[in-house]
Amino acid sequence: MPVISAVKDVDTLTMTFVAEFEATVEKVWQVWADPRKLERWWGPPTWPATFERFEFEPGGQVRYYMTGPDGTKARGWWTLTSVEAPHRLEFDDGFADENNEPVDPKDSTRGVVTLEDLGGRTRMTTVSTFTSAEQLERMAEMGMQEGMRQAQDQIDALLA
Amino acid sequence: MFHALADATRRDILTRVIRSGQSVSELARQYPMSFAAVQKHVAVLERAALVSKVRRGREQIVHGEVTALRRVALLLDAYEEVWRHRADRIADILEENDSAENQ
Repeated sequence: MPVISAVKDVDTLTMTFVAEFEATVEKVWQVWADPRKLERWWGPPTWPATFERFEFEPGGQVRYYMTGPDGTKARGWWTLTSVEAPHRLEFDDGFADENNEPVDPKDSTRGVVTLEDLGGRTRMTTVSTFTSAEQLERMAEMGMQEGMRQAQDQIDALLA
Repeated sequence: MFHALADATRRDILTRVIRSGQSVSELARQYPMSFAAVQKHVAVLERAALVSKVRRGREQIVHGEVTALRRVALLLDAYEEVWRHRADRIADILEENDSAENQ
């Protein structure tokens, strides 16, 4: 299990998530920097992500969508505010409309990712800060998709 | 309350109904299990006073009974789940890299 800790603060609507991987900092950086790798893990298996626009540089714009089981597309945007390869990434993440533009540029989640070298292994810390409980609620919906997947896996395991 | 929340399906049901009330049949459609099994999960949550049921016509609507702070804590738990799964997928991708290089 790569997860080391998840610290949640209900007052500041913040989650600090720490995971460690058996890979170098450069390799872990690539799962963020390479959109083809990123789209293999960003969305739940039932809502895979496709990155259409990917300007991986400070001030760069990213546009993506996640496709649900019934073909519904959930669109999102990032504005990268800091890109310091291979150690630090900061971005604002929000919902986009059908024209791929932010529904509300101020309604975004702040993401700060840091990668630390642990002698060939890597510690990845992701700090997510939400601006409102409503926004957190929509983001948490993805967790429900994962939860359903988990429920299905549990049933599959029982039937195997 | 801890027993009520120890199960992934029950946590999921609670997260859904704190957003908006849902009937037991609506809930049952979301899970790969029988109506009776979902009904049992709802009953456990009801005994822990985490949800309440209100009759609407022929249906029972399940509502979340949690404070705003508790609600935010549950949503953060659901969001942690998002990242746990992401970390697992990242680990899988990194492992693939390794085996490709060793070949």
